[in-house]
Amino acid sequence: MQKKDRLNIYIIGVGGQGIGLLSEVLIRAADYAGLNLRGVDTHGLAQRGGTVQSHLRLGEGIHSPLIQKNKADLVISLERTEALRGINNYLKQEGTIIYYNTSWQTLDVRLRNTKEVQAKDIIKAAQKKEAELIEVYKDDLKEIRMQNIVVLGEIAKRKIVPQIRRRDYLKALDDLMEGEKLENNVSLFKTILD
Amino acid sequence: MKSMGKMLLKNQEFSEIVIGNTALVRAMIESKTRVITSYPGSPMPETAEAIKSIKKEKRPFYFEFSTNEKVATEIAFGAAINGHLSTVFFKSVGLNVAADSFVQLPLMKIKGGMIVVVGDDPGANSSQNEQDNRHYAHLSYMPVFEPSDPQEVYEYYKIAAEQSQKREMPILLRLSTHVCHAKQKVHFKAFKKVNFDNSPKFSVRSDNYIPITSKVFPMKKRALKRLEIFKDYANQTNLNQLVDNGNKNRGVITAGLPYLSLRDVLEDVENPPDILKLGIVYPIPEKPIKKFLQAHKEIKILEELDDILEKEIKVIAFDNNINIKIIGKQEVEDWVNEYTPYKVKKVMQKTWPKIIKLEPEVKKIMKVENRPAQLCPGCGHRSAFYVIKQVLSENDITVADIGCHTLGFLPPYEMGEVLLSMGHSTSTGTGLSLFNKERKVVSFLGDSTMFHAGLPGIVNAVYNDHNITLVIMENGTTAMTGHQNHPASGSNFNKKIKPVKIREILKGMGVTSIYEADTYAQSKLETIIKKAINEDGFSVVIASHPCMLKFTREARKNNTFKDNKVIIDQDICEQIHECVEEFGCPSFSIKENGEVDVNEDLCIGDGSCIQTCPVNAINIKRTEGGIK
Repeated sequence: MQKKDRLNIYIIGVGGQGIGLLSEVLIRAADYAGLNLRGVDTHGLAQRGGTVQSHLRLGEGIHSPLIQKNKADLVISLERTEALRGINNYLKQEGTIIYYNTSWQTLDVRLRNTKEVQAKDIIKAAQKKEAELIEVYKDDLKEIRMQNIVVLGEIAKRKIVPQIRRRDYLKALDDLMEGEKLENNVSLFKTILD
Repeated sequence: MKSMGKMLLKNQEFSEIVIGNTALVRAMIESKTRVITSYPGSPMPETAEAIKSIKKEKRPFYFEFSTNEKVATEIAFGAAINGHLSTVFFKSVGLNVAADSFVQLPLMKIKGGMIVVVGDDPGANSSQNEQDNRHYAHLSYMPVFEPSDPQEVYEYYKIAAEQSQKREMPILLRLSTHVCHAKQKVHFKAFKKVNFDNSPKFSVRSDNYIPITSKVFPMKKRALKRLEIFKDYANQTNLNQLVDNGNKNRGVITAGLPYLSLRDVLEDVENPPDILKLGIVYPIPEKPIKKFLQAHKEIKILEELDDILEKEIKVIAFDNNINIKIIGKQEVEDWVNEYTPYKVKKVMQKTWPKIIKLEPEVKKIMKVENRPAQLCPGCGHRSAFYVIKQVLSENDITVADIGCHTLGFLPPYEMGEVLLSMGHSTSTGTGLSLFNKERKVVSFLGDSTMFHAGLPGIVNAVYNDHNITLVIMENGTTAMTGHQNHPASGSNFNKKIKPVKIREILKGMGVTSIYEADTYAQSKLETIIKKAINEDGFSVVIASHPCMLKFTREARKNNTFKDNKVIIDQDICEQIHECVEEFGCPSFSIKENGEVDVNEDLCIGDGSCIQTCPVNAINIKRTEGGIK
């Protein structure tokens, strides 16, 4: 595989949003698609409502699991302010940003020291990086902890990672869950995809 | 991977995507490690998660979470001198706690072999410092292996275990945060179960285990001789790897994760330097280094944290009369933070600006405020800090300790103003109370931390009759590191036990003034805090509430979860903002017009906020059942 076929995926959100699962599904789906991979999640302190990030690198000739700043081809965010942070720190020029348009206000916003990031700020930031912007929101979603699957569905539907096929995502989901949880997640994933 | 536990015990060869900490467990099993101990701490706790995934009766080893790293080390040592291959693992600063016993290990004949796995934390992702634990190896004469990724974690452990058993000496396996947590497809070898010999092998006939006075010298000499002999192994092992780019001028010597960063950074570099990657960093593999120095004109030592390799390599050059330019640390910045590819690029650019080019700095598009970790919705610590802040005057002094409640230092509480280490709070508070008549001193201490290192400070406050108040923030678990049990939880890693009662311990240590309240009962808590701080002498308040993150997770699992939410009656709300600005639950959000909203994604409906509203505008909306 050529260097141009490599993909750096940077995933960001807030602790408790299911970043870990999203990244694990992607990494396993990439493996089923036959891609070489490396990745790393942030653990520990950050789990408590702080920013959580996951790096995922696909393709041949990669060494570190960590993406260099401004070198992510794709930034995935599960939250609006974190989307802006992801664009700021990791998105490459002309990359792709996909984010779930929900807001978990930061402490500074709640104490009214600063203004909340708005959807228009994301549009502006994406424009500055000449990036493709995909905003995701599902208003009839019953369980907020499945926002990650909505985003995953959009990624699959739009073939944002072209090498990963629908069946790879499904196999990855099947690897990581079982019973009712698996059914609910797969059914939501398929709803978005079809 | 449906079942991690089954995977870890698989007999055949296989490949699986795992993190370093999981790969480590498979290596322990393949090496027939018999006793494994630990105390929870990032970046290591997933190792115990992997162990937990194996059913207790299927585990081919004994594992426990001990009460602290020193205890864990001693148990592993005791098992090892009885003939069992043993391993203790803990986080970077855990080695400080273990140190008193750890430094003695190389003096001993470790019959069964013993591996100490330490998870260093460059970047201080979840630690109070960035200490470089290679120093401890030098201090105690213990060899150090340093893998750079999960595949190497697996392989290095197995080799280290073999060497440790063969030489009857302890070996340190040094990991770092993003080696522990890196994910990749690791190739695992086949594994066959064996029958273990459980007979106790400890014998004082074969060796001396009492290092006092003159007996210390032969033990120290043996430790040094063993290290000297180990050098031969370090010199010839293929754990040290050469990346030959055919560069006659420049070379880089490195190890661990910085090696991977360097490979990425050099990808676009024309005529890249050669690389010598060290797999064993102590004792230093002098032979391959000497050869590498002689083959180049300029050498960069690319080393995360301290300048340990640099100093040793400069000595090698000096002793061997090798006239070569050696570039190590160039400025303070080089000593700080993790050597990510981004950081390594900067370090290398400073070293060789003509061949390593930096892209122009990309300007930040828009300022984004940091999102620090914070207390979860419903956290009992929040209710405690909210009340205690009101009782204390601004001038009083509060002492933090380590755990989730450390986060109380953030606004809006700003409770806990000084932090050293696990369990320090009672004694630091004691020092702050001396000659101090006008400012009250209140120390905080978590329950798991109390068992870990808090008890000596408490008994000292009794013994020396000090005048401070200690608040024990009891949530029934070791929450920050992922809800591991502790002696008061009612279970250890392996089975249910009769919980050790904190009040009984305090009583037993002679504390006479003990108060207790659930932190949700705010007026009761307020009354007892007032009483406690105004008493002369040492008083303890046990401020308890179960960890609500653990509680809601368990409720979801057991189908007892109730999806309640609080709601704000906008007709009553006067926008005083006590709930948002003082109580500070992250479930409250605020609109531009000042209206307070409840973020239903976050609210767990615990209702601990209701009593904080001065006009009673917060109500609870009950829902039967909920979604799993």
